[in-house]
Amino acid sequence: MKAKRRIRPGDIPTASMADIAFLLLIFFLVTTTIDMDKGLALVLPPMGEQKEVPKKNLSTILISDRGKILLDKEPVEIKDIKRIVKEKLANNDKLIISVKTHKRAKYQTYVDVLDQLKQANATRISIAEPGI
Amino acid sequence: MKFQAKTKASDKIPTASMPDIIFMLLIFFMVTTVLRTYEGLNVLLPQARKIERLETKRHVAHIFLTKDGLISIDDKIVPTDNVKHIMYEKRVADPQLIVSLKADRNSVMELINELHSELREADALKVNYSAKTAP
Repeated sequence: MKAKRRIRPGDIPTASMADIAFLLLIFFLVTTTIDMDKGLALVLPPMGEQKEVPKKNLSTILISDRGKILLDKEPVEIKDIKRIVKEKLANNDKLIISVKTHKRAKYQTYVDVLDQLKQANATRISIAEPGI
Repeated sequence: MKFQAKTKASDKIPTASMPDIIFMLLIFFMVTTVLRTYEGLNVLLPQARKIERLETKRHVAHIFLTKDGLISIDDKIVPTDNVKHIMYEKRVADPQLIVSLKADRNSVMELINELHSELREADALKVNYSAKTAP
């Protein structure tokens, strides 16, 4: 007895191809993490440009090597800077805040202070050159 | 006289080319997503609350600074004195340049201040202190 050979059609079903491709597309869309840079923006003062600023429009923040802060010669806590600067800005909207750091001060402390200033919506922030 | 519809167009949307269209989309997205283009150094970024996103990704130069004072620009370790030359060239090539400073949170301000003056000499004044969201 001879078995009859069945001839199967040789084409691949393509009906679900679109679904497979969609799945791939969605997989790649979901898995690619676009890591945007986040941070505190600041514009540095141009070199060699010195402006005379009236004393009443200037506030200085000094950061010591141990992370202690002096705001206008008064010791303050980092978390209080926001409130104090906000009050000062409400009194004088032309206020420029100058930040000066000790050379052994930690970068994290500096970023904390900048963060507080940003939270107080201070826009005129100046970085004082050390040793002057 | 009886009119007969002459067209025998089917009312089905042809789906035979659907996979091709989707593959095209897939390839488009794969090509346009810019993945990390720099390796950088191992730094522990500082933490801050009021952080903003950089508006653009095209005009950004990344400078890495470890707490030991190593500076890396475009995956090359550079001495501090050379930063101004490199940044000046970058600044000339792209006037909208923003410098993303990825410095270690434990680095001392002496290093940061040196970088500041280098950047100021190179006239690259827009700086972004890269930070993580504070918990």
